[in-house]
Amino acid sequence: MEARSSIEAARAPGGRLDPSRPLVASSPRWGERLIQLSLALCAVISVATTTAIVISLLVPSIGFFGEVSFGDFFSTDDWAPLTADPSFGVLRPVIGTLSVTLWSLMFAIPVGLCSAIYLSEYASPRVRKLVKPILEVLAGVPTVAFGVFAVTFLSPEIGKLFPEFIKTPPFAAGIAGLAVGLLIVPIIASISDDAMKAVPGGLREGAYALGATKLKVATRVVFPAAISGVVASIVLAGSRAVGETMVVLLAAGKTPNLTLDPGASVQTMTAFIGTTATGDVAVGTIAYDTIFAVGALLFVMTFALNIFAIRLVRRFREVYE
Amino acid sequence: MARREMPNPMAERTRLATAGAHAAVVGNLGKQPRGDVWRGNLFLALLLLAVVLALIGLIALIVQSALKGAPAFSMDLFTEGPSIVNPETAGFRPAIIGSLYLIAGVVLLIVPLGVGAAVYLEEYADGDRWWNRLIELNIQNLAAVPSIIYGILGLAFFVRGPLSLGFVVAAGSLTLALLVLPTVILAAREAIRAVPPSIRDGSLALGATQWQTIRRQVLPASIPGIVTGVILAVSRALGEAAPLLLVGAATFVTADQPNPFEGGYSAMPVQIYNYALQAQDEFKALAAAGVVVMLVVLLALNSFAIWLRNRYEQQW
Amino acid sequence: MSSKWWLVLGACGLLAFGVAACGGDDGDSSSGDGEAVSGEIRIDGSSTVAPLTSAIAEGFNAENPDVNITVGTSGTGGGFEKFCAGETDANDASEEIGEEEIAACEAGGVKYEELQVANDALTVVVNPENPVTCMTVDQLGSVWEPNSEITSWSDIEGLEPPYDESLDLYGPGSDSGTFGYFTEAVNGEEDAIRNDFNDVGEDDNATVTGVSGAPGGMGYFGYSFFKENESSLKALEIDSGSGCVAPSAETAQDGAYAPLSRPLFIYPSAEALADPAFDAFMEYYLDNVNAIAEQVGFIPLTDQQLGEQTDKLDTLIREGGGTETTG
Repeated sequence: MEARSSIEAARAPGGRLDPSRPLVASSPRWGERLIQLSLALCAVISVATTTAIVISLLVPSIGFFGEVSFGDFFSTDDWAPLTADPSFGVLRPVIGTLSVTLWSLMFAIPVGLCSAIYLSEYASPRVRKLVKPILEVLAGVPTVAFGVFAVTFLSPEIGKLFPEFIKTPPFAAGIAGLAVGLLIVPIIASISDDAMKAVPGGLREGAYALGATKLKVATRVVFPAAISGVVASIVLAGSRAVGETMVVLLAAGKTPNLTLDPGASVQTMTAFIGTTATGDVAVGTIAYDTIFAVGALLFVMTFALNIFAIRLVRRFREVYE
Repeated sequence: MARREMPNPMAERTRLATAGAHAAVVGNLGKQPRGDVWRGNLFLALLLLAVVLALIGLIALIVQSALKGAPAFSMDLFTEGPSIVNPETAGFRPAIIGSLYLIAGVVLLIVPLGVGAAVYLEEYADGDRWWNRLIELNIQNLAAVPSIIYGILGLAFFVRGPLSLGFVVAAGSLTLALLVLPTVILAAREAIRAVPPSIRDGSLALGATQWQTIRRQVLPASIPGIVTGVILAVSRALGEAAPLLLVGAATFVTADQPNPFEGGYSAMPVQIYNYALQAQDEFKALAAAGVVVMLVVLLALNSFAIWLRNRYEQQW
Repeated sequence: MSSKWWLVLGACGLLAFGVAACGGDDGDSSSGDGEAVSGEIRIDGSSTVAPLTSAIAEGFNAENPDVNITVGTSGTGGGFEKFCAGETDANDASEEIGEEEIAACEAGGVKYEELQVANDALTVVVNPENPVTCMTVDQLGSVWEPNSEITSWSDIEGLEPPYDESLDLYGPGSDSGTFGYFTEAVNGEEDAIRNDFNDVGEDDNATVTGVSGAPGGMGYFGYSFFKENESSLKALEIDSGSGCVAPSAETAQDGAYAPLSRPLFIYPSAEALADPAFDAFMEYYLDNVNAIAEQVGFIPLTDQQLGEQTDKLDTLIREGGGTETTG
């Protein structure tokens, strides 16, 4: 073995190890270097992927913005990119996305946070062992299942309960929002639970020792302490809701209404990309390039949200570890 | 720059401890203790309501899919292909086979790439170097990019563009592999990180090279965690429809054995979506039945992954 | 330690077994026994015609299980792009091939023939309470054109009898061939339409629900869909200059129901027809198209139309060097 020869090489004459010649490899170890290089290449794929995403969005977008001015894209609210006399004001799909995201968070934040508080402060270890995996199951359900659920069950039932609510059955932003909300509850619950569990026991014990009730401890001690983790979980959940495609394709509709009304049909950015890319639009036209412009906007939005959330998570981890 | 950004942990802790003590004291001195009891119970009831809501949502989804899909349950689901003319006998066969082929491709890609990247980041990379930090940042961001963006990537680079594979299984596998790669890398890193340094040091002290140490000590010990990560990634890839919509899972396929580099294909979630769009009730029932099939498969996979993790978790 | 390796190997084996078991035989090699052919057929194009082609493919597959047929729905235009680049064997089309596409096919060296496979009558539907029975093309255009300001039935010029309900418009989206045809016929320009209608996408059922639920509702879709929902909707007669004509199988076949009756096509390529599998498929198509068309909800061809298409197919096969149909 090479190791033995290198040890021998390091021995000074006389048999003792020579301190001026440390145990180093006597050959450059090309095999090791090659392996290290190929492993590094595997890791570099992540950078390559991001670069590829940026290129695939940027190049057609440049062509798009050559024809359509930034002003037209961002500030007008007329959205009809696939018609004969097209208009490209992206405000409507953006509001559509925001509407669905808003309604999803309105469901997911209370449910997720309360579940997290319950799991971390109130639940016995036995209950926790039962409930946490169930939340993980919820996280593993494919999004198309939520979409089918929304359009075959939620929509008709809510339509029966509140007949005037859904303006253009079966599509409604609120119903899609409810399904997406259910989808993102595990994100909020799981990360918030982690954040609350990370709060040192000493803080709780100190408060209890001073006579605080459990309610007080949970809401006035643990929750504020974990606030950055909680906010991060909400931001990540929101980012996930923004990027959701299948549920909105099935349940939110295609009419780009400019409204936050939960009973109205809306077209989200993701739904636009999904329908247009699979529809009857010729490749290379401005109409087709709209897909990439909207995709670029979507990417930038989720990217910004994610960076913000990662910063927050890093902060709460640093404080307690 | 770094120092300015990091909060002083001690200052934070002191602030929080003081706030907690303050809250406890102010809330209690001079207040009726009786009111606290029912307020506490009300709060607990509220929390339980939230948990129950989440559980009800999940149960409703499962039960309702089973009920709606009941009329379509028969062996036809697995043996028959899609049918326009006879919705009563339509099934998911090409979609199931397409999904299997897709997953096989995904696994072939994510195991070497994911484990390789994780090994590099945990064993070789110097965390202070800017390029290694860039890699880590990229992996974190890619984990949260919407799946449809991966579809655009696949369309531009694998279907058309440099690889020009066309709308084939290989392009779908590549796209899905990139989508779930961050999951595998994350799980593999955790598994590798769990191996204590003493194992590595012992190996190195005995004269093994770094790669020998990894290959013979670290990797074998982290296999359960890696396999768990791969299974979780596979279950995510099985359920994704949005990228496949763009990368060309076709509407109607009679094919049974798609050549990965030629010919159209279908996939389970896309087929479910297509059936859900149809008007007739039989197709809606089919869609629900497909959802049940997927839920069963995914539940089995995830449970297997969790069981695996628990069974082989090594106590160091 | 070794038990874990067994676990990994076992998992891989299970996966491979699953693929192999379901995979069965290799579908590429052509079999020579009997009449069954094998090979791959790739069709793309209009999402309107796709159900018909898919239904035909289903029946063909039952007799020839070794043929892989894929039917995509990239739309008439998107399909032609692939067709003229030689990527598909045939293109479903809900309208005739356009000039640019003709040039593209020439440039790509693709020779084809236009085969009509069915008729369709785009039916304009309204709420049964609506007293209006007939509209002219101009009146329709005034309602659906871009920047139309009409919001109530009473605003439509010259429409009898007066109906004071607000308009509620439903229709497919701009990625649909039906949309393209309707806008061209009614507004004079393809894809030109007002921005504030309710886009139902592919879900014609939503149009049914919407129009039957709103007194002032109006929508449009294929004739078969109307027939299925006749009890909850009313079809308008259309006057294109020679009197009000109601949609029906007859008026669609003889073209009296203008301009909303449309032929549906498939464009096979001569080169693809040299392949015996595709040849057999196209023959099967024409042999069975009338039977299947009714099942899928289209209006079948007249006997004369069918005869013409069969002749065209024969000519194309001869040009491509294949064998002719027998009768």
